[in-house]
Amino acid sequence: MNYETIIGLEVHAELLTASKLWCGCSTAFGNEPNTQVCPICLGLPGTLPVLNEKAVEYAVKAGLALGCRIAEWSRFDRKQYFYPDLPKAYQISQYDLPLCREGRVVITVDGLSREVGILRVHLEEEAGKLVHSGESLHGSEYSLVDYNRGGIPLIEIVTAPDLRSPEEARIFLERLRTVLRYIGVSDCKMEEGSLRCDANVNLRIKDEEGEYRTPIVEIKNLNSFRAVERALTYEVRRQVDEFMEKGRPPAGTDLSRTKVTAGWNEALGRTYVQRQKELADDYRYFPDPDLPPVVLSSEQVEKWRAELPELPEEKESRFRREYGLPAYDAAVLTASRAVADLFEETARLTGDAKMVSNWVMGEVFRLLKGAGDDLEQALRHCSITPAALAELLLFVKNERINANSGKEVLEEMYRTGKAATQIIAEKGLEQISGRDQLAGLVAEVIAAHPGVVEDIKNGKKAAIGFLVGQVMKATKGKANPKLVNELITQSLS
Amino acid sequence: MKLCEMTAYELSAALAERRVSAVEVVKAVFERIDAWEEELRCYITLDREGALAAAREVDAERAKGAKGTKGAKEANSRPLAGIPVAVKDNLSTRGLPTTCGSRHLQHYIPPYDATVIEKIRAAGMIVIGKTNMDEFAMGSSTETSGFYPTRNPWDTARIPGGSSGGSAAAVAAGEAVLALGSDTGGSIRQPAAFCGVVGLKPTYGLVSRYGLGAYGSSFDQVGPLARDVRDTAMLLQVLAGYDPLDSTSIHREVPDYLAALGGDVRGLVVGLPQEYFSPGIDSGVRAAVLAAVKVLEEGGAIIKEVSLPHTEYALAAFYLIAPSECSSNLARFDGIRYGYRAAGAPDTVTMFCRSRAESFGPEVKRRIMLGTYALSSGYYDAYYLKAQRVRTLVKQDFDKAFAECQVLVTPTTPTTAFRLGEKINDPLAMYMTDICTIPVNMAALPAISVPCGLVGGLPVGLQLIAPVLQEELLLRTAYYYEQAAAPLSHCPKPEPKPEPKPSSEVSK
Repeated sequence: MNYETIIGLEVHAELLTASKLWCGCSTAFGNEPNTQVCPICLGLPGTLPVLNEKAVEYAVKAGLALGCRIAEWSRFDRKQYFYPDLPKAYQISQYDLPLCREGRVVITVDGLSREVGILRVHLEEEAGKLVHSGESLHGSEYSLVDYNRGGIPLIEIVTAPDLRSPEEARIFLERLRTVLRYIGVSDCKMEEGSLRCDANVNLRIKDEEGEYRTPIVEIKNLNSFRAVERALTYEVRRQVDEFMEKGRPPAGTDLSRTKVTAGWNEALGRTYVQRQKELADDYRYFPDPDLPPVVLSSEQVEKWRAELPELPEEKESRFRREYGLPAYDAAVLTASRAVADLFEETARLTGDAKMVSNWVMGEVFRLLKGAGDDLEQALRHCSITPAALAELLLFVKNERINANSGKEVLEEMYRTGKAATQIIAEKGLEQISGRDQLAGLVAEVIAAHPGVVEDIKNGKKAAIGFLVGQVMKATKGKANPKLVNELITQSLS
Repeated sequence: MKLCEMTAYELSAALAERRVSAVEVVKAVFERIDAWEEELRCYITLDREGALAAAREVDAERAKGAKGTKGAKEANSRPLAGIPVAVKDNLSTRGLPTTCGSRHLQHYIPPYDATVIEKIRAAGMIVIGKTNMDEFAMGSSTETSGFYPTRNPWDTARIPGGSSGGSAAAVAAGEAVLALGSDTGGSIRQPAAFCGVVGLKPTYGLVSRYGLGAYGSSFDQVGPLARDVRDTAMLLQVLAGYDPLDSTSIHREVPDYLAALGGDVRGLVVGLPQEYFSPGIDSGVRAAVLAAVKVLEEGGAIIKEVSLPHTEYALAAFYLIAPSECSSNLARFDGIRYGYRAAGAPDTVTMFCRSRAESFGPEVKRRIMLGTYALSSGYYDAYYLKAQRVRTLVKQDFDKAFAECQVLVTPTTPTTAFRLGEKINDPLAMYMTDICTIPVNMAALPAISVPCGLVGGLPVGLQLIAPVLQEELLLRTAYYYEQAAAPLSHCPKPEPKPEPKPSSEVSK
């Protein structure tokens, strides 16, 4: 059986505005329930929305960074449904006239570039949050509602069905996060829910009977990159199995309403068909009469475009050009703006880009990965600044400590937040680089191992390493290994 | 003349000269309320203590002000300080129940003031209470109120009109001096006409809607009800102006409406839209309106017949758009955060359904269903969208008419006030009572209803319609007519009771 996987994503990202979309309430995360609310975001009778202009700016900047066309004229519509977390019983969103449309994102999969279409980016409001006494709203003895989140601005990004594998979907989502973080419009923390993803997936199957498309399944509320990839992998497998087992539906089956909404059970590792919020999926969209249309001049849009920072694609090619980095290194270093900034600033301070890229991609990443999947978040929350890292790397570069000590110091810096100088002093790690200091020790080691010396003289050059090791051991690793090697070679020749 | 029967303008002068105190005025109003409210039922909530406290404050400030010139200036800048005002119960008042005339909100006490409430408080006006209204402003007789109907002071067997029926009746009866109403399809003008008072529906966007319980958001406007045109201008002065909390409010300097009142109507081109004088209009009403037109003509106005050809479609289109908006606006009344919640529902959906089913009246349910249907997928284009196109045509009719004339004159209502129960079971007949006022809301225009005489002992309303933001022209024309014609020789009064009812306020 020959099949193609078709995936499209709907991504929601909370915008980093200080206040909510329609009122002045704070958008801060994690405070006491219902402390960031007012008559407007609670939807009390008589209240009206007033558009937060910063949210429009952020949404448009996201659209620009994703290569979209920006609408000169767009508007807000009401999406209507009843749910306890939705105070007005409608969500103010955008229906047929979104702020941004027709963009594209280039991703690299297995070394190849793939273009993913962006159908639209629109602005809408967040709902509140339910806390259930039981597992879910259905079947709980009671549920509590926290409206702190209600009214926070969101952008919804809808891709074309251009993704061809679960892995591609994950890579796209990571790329999207990189871009949104670069331009500073969203922190995209999936674990806090500021980035959420719904995935639509079905299969185009070709066999001797011709082409057949399986019903589209929409998997809701995927809250980690891993979940996106796992859920899609599971669902693709499930659709394949179902087709193998049942084949095509009988002729005349109405396939127009076969879109299924599913959830993802992380613990069980499987998707499940979800109960619908309402009996019918008719949101009765209509233009919100409380809000005038959003009219953007091209001057305004161009001003915002000019304010965009260097985007990952541009930074990547500049790193290759300017620092002579291999493609892979440039891609890895620019996948996060914080990492890119760490690299670039440290390179400037040390004057050694190659060394810095090796250290960042090796040791720094190894430490950060201990703090979770999100390198950028880990980096922002640790004490490794460009100045601190440069200080350490200059010790290594100037051979005042050796590379192994360097790694040890970095780990200590990461753990304690102390400066490299202090750790090196405390641990007495500074290398012994004085010829006179080492000459005596070298002579002793040579004298103590006549057999090895014999081997070396007989051409077994590799045995020098053993003697270097003995000197290192005697100095507790503080000797400059290059110098030791040089001294041994000298005295044996 | 009793204090409660005086106009705000007269009272303002008396208060400024300290011939009366605000406390005396407020007490006079409550005396009238004590005498008549039991029968009329203009109010849902009365705030006797709050009103008296506010009146004392105004008096204290005025006493302080009398000593220095700064205070005198302050008094001039607040001409309505100390004037009692009734507030329609769909305007949010902090700490005072705001029911929107619905059982659903019977116990809802808002934590905030509507912008117009902030304005009238800042002006030193005294809120007497919250007036009865059709439930969520959906109705034309105040009979759909979730609590009780209000009666017309001119004939208590009749309705006062609606939905601002409580406000209009209170002003007519001396249970308030001024009142705030809201007008979506005629809800200020129609009860004003039925109760023999003046009511003005401002240009959409002139007065903030922030804090007005929404019915049809693209039509709703807050406006003044008063006993004469001058009082109407004074209250409009307080209400009008840009509000950053209402994105549909107009950014523009507010003119001096009182100053606009002088002058005559010589050369004013007055249009009579033929569609508003059709056989469906009661002959007595038509005669009264044409007599008023004659007064304008005698004053030098040029009378011209004009046509608004899409008038016959306006009502149908309105009853698609307004219910569509209301079906959305009223969805928030789900019993979760405030308002009525049905007990014992096994799940949320049942709770939503029962809370709404048990607390909304039949007219509200009818309009929610109409609107839900009109917005449903598959019907949206045929109903909502088509109605919006009709709206554009109605608007264009007015544009064309205003190319030929400056102001339009029509009856406010096809008949005088009808009897309680007469139309409540015939929704279409009830909707038809707003046939002359609805097109004005469709076109976002300002319009005023002024009394133009009595027919069979009941007041008739003359409606003047002007182009957008021409409230000054409306007020000037209405004022001229009112001065020239003096259309009402008396105001309604309660039947004298055998024994005066003791009132604690009066004896205090």
